[in-house]
Amino acid sequence: MTAATLLEPKDEPDIGKLGMWVFLASEVLFFGGLFLAYLYGRTHWPLGWAAASRHTDVVLGTVNTALLLTSSAVVALAVACEEDARQRRWTARLLALTAALGAVFLVIKGFEWHAEWDEHLFPGPSFALDVAGAQEFFVLYFVMTGLHAVHMIVGVGALAILARGRSRDREWARSGHLEVAALYWHFVDVVWIFLYPLLYLVQRHG
Amino acid sequence: MTTSYLDDGLTIRSWLTTTDHKRIAILYAIAITCFFFVGGAAATIIRLELATPQGDLVSHDAYNKLFTAHGVIMVWLFLIPSIPSVLGNFLLPLMIGAKDLAFPRLNLMSWYLYVAGGLVTLEALFLGGVDTGWTFYTPYSTMFSNTYVVLTLTGVFITGFSSILTGLNFIVTIHTLRARAMGWFKLPLFVWGMYATSLILVLATPVLAITVLLLIAERLFQIGIFDPAFGGDPLLFQHLFWFYSHPAVYVMILPAMGVVSEIIPCFARRPIFGYRSMAYAIMTIASVGFLVWGHHMFVSGQSLTASMVFSLLSFIVAIPSAIKVFNWTATLYKGSIRFDAPMLYALGFVGLFTIGGLTGLFLASLALDVHLTDTYFVVAHFHYIMVGGAVMAYFAGLHFWWPKVTGRLYPEVWSRIAAVIAFIGFNLTFFPQFLLGIEGMPRRYHTYPPQFQVLNLFSSAGAGVLAIGYLMPLVYLTWSIRHGARAGDNPWAAKGFEWQTRSPPPTDNFDTPPTVPDIVYDYVADEPEFAR
Repeated sequence: MTAATLLEPKDEPDIGKLGMWVFLASEVLFFGGLFLAYLYGRTHWPLGWAAASRHTDVVLGTVNTALLLTSSAVVALAVACEEDARQRRWTARLLALTAALGAVFLVIKGFEWHAEWDEHLFPGPSFALDVAGAQEFFVLYFVMTGLHAVHMIVGVGALAILARGRSRDREWARSGHLEVAALYWHFVDVVWIFLYPLLYLVQRHG
Repeated sequence: MTTSYLDDGLTIRSWLTTTDHKRIAILYAIAITCFFFVGGAAATIIRLELATPQGDLVSHDAYNKLFTAHGVIMVWLFLIPSIPSVLGNFLLPLMIGAKDLAFPRLNLMSWYLYVAGGLVTLEALFLGGVDTGWTFYTPYSTMFSNTYVVLTLTGVFITGFSSILTGLNFIVTIHTLRARAMGWFKLPLFVWGMYATSLILVLATPVLAITVLLLIAERLFQIGIFDPAFGGDPLLFQHLFWFYSHPAVYVMILPAMGVVSEIIPCFARRPIFGYRSMAYAIMTIASVGFLVWGHHMFVSGQSLTASMVFSLLSFIVAIPSAIKVFNWTATLYKGSIRFDAPMLYALGFVGLFTIGGLTGLFLASLALDVHLTDTYFVVAHFHYIMVGGAVMAYFAGLHFWWPKVTGRLYPEVWSRIAAVIAFIGFNLTFFPQFLLGIEGMPRRYHTYPPQFQVLNLFSSAGAGVLAIGYLMPLVYLTWSIRHGARAGDNPWAAKGFEWQTRSPPPTDNFDTPPTVPDIVYDYVADEPEFAR
């Protein structure tokens, strides 16, 4: 028989990070359903999906990919700066930069959606393309990029709040919460890394 | 004596803003009980209608809405949160020696999400109801049904997030907040059950969420995802839906197995037989349970190869399940058994779960399933698992930990009578449905050929008996809160951290740190303190 030593959340500094990892596991399955639907569509209408994919704006998509990858690197830098007392003054600025890059991504995405709406690429009775499967492609395109954008908005908001809190030296904007937010941001980035080739690059060659 | 968690703030506000896992468990218990009786009322009307072959009580439309309401409420608002959110919330931190869950505020948020989702669902049902069945099969749910599909799905979607956050909270708590010296293989099996359940909640529920979202999108914008008229595929819906909904069955039954694994050793005064195999078995069921969803789709037109693989995997789930049943039985061997109410419910669970599990193998057999699918055999099978298994175990746990939760004892004789009545009522309700199913009576109709009436009358009569079995605890447990005898800290002479603290426990759970035994379930026969 041994007496137990009781633990509290504050004894476990990494508790938030583990929580975020579990949440991200859940998120993988959330997007997983969409990827299954994608797999189904692409195997059923390979030609329709290739044709539809050519109507996406590959230039803007690529620019956005670059923006998001950069922002992920910047947030990693922010976490690294936070851990080093000499570099800590950079943390808030780097967080703000991450949020700004995310916001630019969202603005560009908005213009893209607007253009696609004008070109009647939004699924419905007046859908522009007359290839079997093209409409299904754009259903998934809008659902996937839309849900990704929702995640982006949450991330940009969280990073902006943290940047502000960090610049005022608030207790809650310390490294633990930063790492959790950064983890989330990397996830949003990783989802996009899958979405970009699957949506923009279907048989682009030739 | 210092105050208990119940005295720590007496205003309604102090309850609605609490972050104490024990109080949140009570909040869940109240909400869940309300939903249970709403869902039960729907079932009562269904059984009344089915007492005669003609449709003389409700119209066929109303009947469709009734069984949908019954299914939606019982699955999402009662069974899935019942044991995890009520007993799990209350007991998990106590059992591992923690002061609270890892994220107490998130825990409160889960409750609010659950109540919000529940109210949205109820609103849909009261506005006019839904007639799709709880499975929302497309294209009926997206094209043809003129009922409140979107509103109900919104409620289910919100409730789903409550499940995910509860699962997340439990997983992180079990990983990080176990008292030092409390290793993984010293955890009570209830905690193992909660861990396995939480994995399913976290990994399966998001797939339901996305499916529901796509269904709402298809219905609102008339775009093709699942509906063949727009180029979608209804089988895709079934795959996604059952990828969640089959593991969801394990969300109902694994916690039940955990409860029973606590009760049987206590009332047999024996250590649980095969502790490690119990822990491995529960994790195996949780993992393999993710790979059997296709057995709901044997007649859907999926490929024969897929059906054969799903059939094989479904049979494999029977192995760890059988390990558990044999271990419970072996625990009883040479035990010094007492038949208190928790034990009566727990033994009822073992028997009914075994019947439910074995009839599951009938349905997992491809050829037999073609005959039995969509008949009352299926209805009887899953009620043996969900009601005979999960609900029985919920009542077992409720009676076992009631003295700990409230600090009061309930009337012993009444509780034993209620347990026996529920057991008899349950079998009377659902056993005839196996026979009806074999004879070919289809589910989901409010009329049937007259030759089925005798068995249906048995079933309806049984439902009445079962209702009495459920109403009795409501009365005497409520009564005991004020008038029951003081329970003392450990009325069952049970092992485990939760019995080493006061009844009801203090807000911080422990006045003095509990002691960790060298082995779990260190019960010894003929302990003097058990002769209550």
